[in-house]
Amino acid sequence: MKSLLNNIKSRFSIKDVTEQRSNLVFIDVARESAVPLITYLRDYEGMTHLVLLTAADWIEENEFQLTYLLNNPEQKFDIGVRVRISREKATMETAHHLWEQVATYQRELKEMFGIDFPGSPGVDKPFILEGWDDLPPYRRDFDTKKYSEDTYFPRPGRESNDPAEYMKKKMYPNEK
Amino acid sequence: MDFGFKHILYALLTVFIVLNYGLILQGIVRKIGARVGRRYGIRWYQPYIDIIKNYAKRSTITHGVMFYIAPVFRLTGGIGLLLFMPVIFGSEIFSNFSFAGDLVLVLYFQFFGVLGMALGAAEGGHPYSAIGVSRGLSQVTAFELPLTLGVLAIAMQYQTLNITEIVAAQQGGFLSWTLFTNPFATIAIMFSFLGAMGRSPFDVVLAPQEIPIGPPTEFHSGLLGVLQLNRAIFPAAKLILFMNLLFGGATSWPELVVKTFLIYMWSVFVGTVFPRFRVDQSVRWFLVVPLTIAIIAIILIRF
Amino acid sequence: MKEDFKKRTVITPEGKPLEIDPVKDYFSDARPKVHKPANPVIEKFANWARANSLWVLGFGTGCGAIEMRPLMTPRFDAYRYGIQWRPTPRQASVFVISGYLSVKTLKRVVRTYEQMQNPKFVVGLGSCTINGGMYWDSYNTINRLDHYLPVDVYIAGCMPRPESLLHGFEELKKIIKEGRGEGANKYAEEFDWYKANQKKVIKDWDMPDYNW
Repeated sequence: MKSLLNNIKSRFSIKDVTEQRSNLVFIDVARESAVPLITYLRDYEGMTHLVLLTAADWIEENEFQLTYLLNNPEQKFDIGVRVRISREKATMETAHHLWEQVATYQRELKEMFGIDFPGSPGVDKPFILEGWDDLPPYRRDFDTKKYSEDTYFPRPGRESNDPAEYMKKKMYPNEK
Repeated sequence: MDFGFKHILYALLTVFIVLNYGLILQGIVRKIGARVGRRYGIRWYQPYIDIIKNYAKRSTITHGVMFYIAPVFRLTGGIGLLLFMPVIFGSEIFSNFSFAGDLVLVLYFQFFGVLGMALGAAEGGHPYSAIGVSRGLSQVTAFELPLTLGVLAIAMQYQTLNITEIVAAQQGGFLSWTLFTNPFATIAIMFSFLGAMGRSPFDVVLAPQEIPIGPPTEFHSGLLGVLQLNRAIFPAAKLILFMNLLFGGATSWPELVVKTFLIYMWSVFVGTVFPRFRVDQSVRWFLVVPLTIAIIAIILIRF
Repeated sequence: MKEDFKKRTVITPEGKPLEIDPVKDYFSDARPKVHKPANPVIEKFANWARANSLWVLGFGTGCGAIEMRPLMTPRFDAYRYGIQWRPTPRQASVFVISGYLSVKTLKRVVRTYEQMQNPKFVVGLGSCTINGGMYWDSYNTINRLDHYLPVDVYIAGCMPRPESLLHGFEELKKIIKEGRGEGANKYAEEFDWYKANQKKVIKDWDMPDYNW
């Protein structure tokens, strides 16, 4: 693991390294070096298995964070490659040439977060939502409750109470 | 054969009795199956309710002419099989339209319904219907071979193609049944019978878990009701045919009920013990085991 | 609408141009008809038969399908009440919709419901069909099934036990025997309202309005 990190540091510009556990390390890299780094890890360091590709919405910093979680099946450890991309121009280089299944992940991210991956096969096809025409639903500025109330005919009478307040009102109605 | 108005009434009476017998048999066998599985099971008259319900459906849609004709073909296969052989031996009322060459006609009716169903299911347009029909046709073709050879062996043994005469030759004690006079033909025919009844292990045609219902997937309402009527009559008619050929026929209704019920239980027992064959497995099995036995039966008769 | 479903001209093997409209090729788009109940005496008998021969088409969406399976087993044995499973919409008479319905599933549910024959009954299984259940504020899960299909019986719970499912079927039987199970006719009468609701949530409507 140590030698691997040294190898990477000598070849790529790394922003930060977080050692989560003895067998899990997160590496923060700039956008340009993410795909080359993953290619290097796959081809030279035995990280042959892609566990997942996922995104998180850091709305306060106006950025999306992509995480490529890679696994080394021989030596049994994981490396997460984290990339920050801008929220306004949410595009990222495609990595489907490394693993075919990346195309599916990218299709999902395009639909749920609106992150585009130019050149990825079928990235514009609907993945789960058929004919979605609103803001991508996993973005944090999308108000899912309001959307649901506007669209899906909420049944009246559904309200939630704070349990402490509710019981107080019920059991001690005279107290202020 | 003199043909009179009364023969039509007799025929209707036979169909009516056999229909009810088939429905009750269906219910009781399902009940027995449930009890074996430690369930209470359906009510014995559930098949009646199902048929009434299907006829009481208010709407029907069409896929074309053959779609309507197919259930009729299927029912014709069942009733035809029933009406061209003697149900009760020696009874004028229940001898039906048995004639000199009825054995050949009866064999034909075995196949008739499946062919009609194939046309109708194809017009229904459902892919599962097509799969079910192709499976059904290949399986019917496979078990038809040992069945026909076995029946020919019996025809050669008794030197007749008339079922009434075959039954007559078996009268006089159970040792004169074909079961004992021609055991190889009996074994071959009884193996084919398993396929003809369409129960497990040869139920890949309907296979409710993989191709929802098989050929009748698209049939509904009254059309399905006709198919259900046939599903009651056809097995009962087949049971009577095999009883006539192999087990000395019946001279009274109680005898018929006991014999056919026992023959039916043969397929039920086998079905409970063995899981489903794939269609290639069942075709291969029919073309190896029963066919060999049937050929032996023919050869033994010849010499 | 998807590219494959659009009207287009194709060239046949003989070299002739042929206009095809795939949506209409596969389905009829005739409106559903109201089938008035027949004479009361016959109808009473027919309703008795309908109530005692419930052929269930189970639509397991996400959860709830697992509660239907035990009903076939020796412990609950729904067969003794005349409840049987029928995996084809053409022959089934009871449509059990279990669990939450996403918009994508709703499309399939509508199509399946329309393929069933009149009279047909709908059982909503689980809280999610009543008011959205725990997915009530989800961006992709409908809240009230009765805005899209006429529902005869709701079974509340998350998830209800198989016993409550049996109880729901008994309630459905009562409804049918009293002649109140006219969901199919209601659907035909208020067809425009149901279609408007369905089209409001199903954005890519790539099927005919009515596909028996």
